[in-house]
Amino acid sequence: MTEAIDVEGLVKRFGAVTALDQLDLRVRTGEVHGFLGPNGAGKTTTIRVLLGLMRADGGTARLLGGDPWADATALHRRLAYVPGDVTFWPQLTGGEVIDLLGRLRGGLDPKRRDALIERFELDPRKKGRTYSKGNRQKVALVAALSSDVELLVLDEPTSGLDPLMEEVFREVILEEKRRGDRTVLLSSHILSEVEALCDRLTIIRAGRAVETGTLADLRHLTRTTIRAELTGPVNGLASITGVHGLTSEDGRVAFDVDADALEPALKTLVAAGVRSLISQPPSLEELFLRHYTKSEK
Amino acid sequence: MTGTGRLLRLVLRRDRWIMPLWIFGFGILPYVYIAGFETLFATAQERVDYARVSAANTGFIALYGPLHGDSLGELAVWRGGFVPLMIGLAALLTVVRHTRADEESGRTELVRATVVGRYAQLAAALIATAGASLLMGLVVAGTMIGAGQPVAGSIALGVVFMLSGWMFAGVGAIAAQLTSSARSARTLGVVALGVSFVLRLGGDVSDDREFLAWLSPIGWVHRVFPYGENNGGPAVLALVFAIVTVGVSAYLLAHRDMGAGLLASRLGPATAAASLGSPLALAWRLHRGLLFGWTAGFAALGLVFGGVGSSVVQLAADSGGVDEVFSRIGGSGAVTDAYFATTAAVCGLIAACYAVQAALRMRDEEQSGHAEAVLSTSVGRFTWGASHLIFALLGPAVALLAQGLLAGVVHGTVGPVLAASLAQLPAVWVLAGVTMLLVGTWPKMASLAWGAIAACVLLLLVGSLLEFDQWVLDLSPFTHVPHLPGGTFTPLPLVLLTAVAAAFGGVGLLALRRRDVPR
Ligand SMILES: Nc1ncnc2c1ncn2[C@@H]1O[C@H](COP(=O)(O)OP(=O)(O)OP(=O)(O)O)[C@@H](O)[C@H]1O
Ligand SMILES: [Mg+2]
Repeated sequence: MTEAIDVEGLVKRFGAVTALDQLDLRVRTGEVHGFLGPNGAGKTTTIRVLLGLMRADGGTARLLGGDPWADATALHRRLAYVPGDVTFWPQLTGGEVIDLLGRLRGGLDPKRRDALIERFELDPRKKGRTYSKGNRQKVALVAALSSDVELLVLDEPTSGLDPLMEEVFREVILEEKRRGDRTVLLSSHILSEVEALCDRLTIIRAGRAVETGTLADLRHLTRTTIRAELTGPVNGLASITGVHGLTSEDGRVAFDVDADALEPALKTLVAAGVRSLISQPPSLEELFLRHYTKSEK
Repeated sequence: MTGTGRLLRLVLRRDRWIMPLWIFGFGILPYVYIAGFETLFATAQERVDYARVSAANTGFIALYGPLHGDSLGELAVWRGGFVPLMIGLAALLTVVRHTRADEESGRTELVRATVVGRYAQLAAALIATAGASLLMGLVVAGTMIGAGQPVAGSIALGVVFMLSGWMFAGVGAIAAQLTSSARSARTLGVVALGVSFVLRLGGDVSDDREFLAWLSPIGWVHRVFPYGENNGGPAVLALVFAIVTVGVSAYLLAHRDMGAGLLASRLGPATAAASLGSPLALAWRLHRGLLFGWTAGFAALGLVFGGVGSSVVQLAADSGGVDEVFSRIGGSGAVTDAYFATTAAVCGLIAACYAVQAALRMRDEEQSGHAEAVLSTSVGRFTWGASHLIFALLGPAVALLAQGLLAGVVHGTVGPVLAASLAQLPAVWVLAGVTMLLVGTWPKMASLAWGAIAACVLLLLVGSLLEFDQWVLDLSPFTHVPHLPGGTFTPLPLVLLTAVAAAFGGVGLLALRRRDVPR
């Protein structure tokens, strides 16, 4: 089995609302897969279908080689989940929650648990309600990470964590990644986190996957910004398809260029004579903004 | 107080269904009693006899409160003796729902960050509840005057109903400030209500301890005696109590942080005990507070009901004229039996509230996201649901056992009294089953289970009086419980009720397996 998660044409409706509309998602075993999309895109819904909490209205979903709905309890021994909205029982302390969820999953490693509690600087003796948002999140993270499982499903696991703890989270996930046999599905709105951790990612919008691939693949799809000072006049730059937003003034030009138009554009510049050139790779933010705001269909 | 108006509108909007229900439900109840009694008593003499027997029956006094006169109005007020308790409950739950429950869920934080004063939320909740109580009082006075009852008495009764709401709105407001969760606020409020009832009962059943009833807000309410003495004193006391409780709650609100209660939480263990590792163990942790609380309450009821039961016969023997009436309906033994049958029925309905509350925990767990955390581990839906359902079934059994046993021991005849309480169980289970069915099949409407209980209460209170058709009465599982002690015991209805409960519960659990969680 090389695919930990294999979702094809998934449909989920809530009454009149179609939350998932022919969604495809493939996560390879051993990779950290980023799962992104604007609010309400359907990330949490997808995850709930994958966990057998919700039943899909159409399409197929395979999780660790099994059927997430029919084989739910057996599959759940092999995965750990951090829900997007973390609240725990007011009667139980953080430590009790961590142990309980670990045991319900089929066991946890007490040494690992203690190490994680220390790294996340968590006080496990507090009762559910008295934790701050970030600390509740830490309880959920420690509970999920303490078990030795094949798959981690993390729904916005770092919302509410301070930058220091965010850093700890990244270290822990990178360690997991180095082991090579743990798969992580990471839904997130924090782009630097995705950039730092993910091998591949899928962007969804309105219940549909709009882009999937490695970061490099995705970058390739976007435009590089070029600024150049030229020694002579430049001709034909505007007529190259793939060059956008061209401005020129006193021998200085600036434009955005699609990956495939990069070569002809640079050749044209060189022909005119280049004094200096700055090229800016597409930032992740731009990439997302373009995907997030793209109009329907 | 800035923003109170806007919040008030929000409160009214959120309660637009439930509030009219209790305003009119309780509001027209006295009228219903009048109508019922008018058809029940063919002659005035019959009514006077009934009043004379009732006023001397300690069991009845324990349940409904003291009775001083024999007019139609006084009898109606007396038979509705439970109503102030229920109004109090509705009022305190409303206040908690719009204060502590909101604060716990974080909605308050959103609201308070806007231009809204510190007291606005409490003020809005109190104004809404007080207004609803006032409206209910007007409905009472209006319908009673319309029914041809004396004007002064009708107004007094309206005031009594209104003040019952006001006093416990204040109690709810204090409970909401003291605790840090809506659940403990509700518990605290209900305990206060229970203590007032028991004090009232203790004071009413014995002349030399009447001061006890004067310590209880519910006791004051009974001492107004609308249509009889129309006493102003106890009403003034009640009004002062309402004002003081509201003042105290405002003071407490000003002296605590948002989100916090005054009763602080402590640190707990850093690791889970070895036993906390199964869905059942988790359910035990979540349900045990409820179990202990309800069992303690039922034990207290058992002691009180048992203690009073002994004086029922004594009193009957003391008053010669009354004895003759008793013998007409089967002798003093029959009176004691009737008394214990009534208390058992009352306890059955209260136990049903426990069953519904425990079964609805499942829904709370789902809505708060806790269920998602558990169901994403290798715990299946069926196991999860069953682990909660078992407490809805066995919890009331323990509570009724405690009540029946203690009542029997105190009274001196354990068997029949205990049997009467335990005979309620299958009917209680039917309501647990109904709740499970709703949670499984129609989760958004799961709180309709409370409506089912309300219907059972209504049928018990006014069903026979208004001579409903038998099939209507048969809808309540409690109609099928054999009248014990005294009546003939037939196991078949109990077996059938248990089967119905099992069917409802089973279908609910199976449906739970097939639906989305959370939904
Ligand atoms: N139980 C439900 N009932 C009805 N609609 C729902 C339910 N759960 C989700 N939805 C709808 O489905 C859509 C997808 O929601 P989902 O929670 O999956 O989004 P998300 O990508 O996780 O968003 P966010 O980034 O805000 O967490 C939304 O339009 C939401 O309103
Ligand atoms: Mg989400």
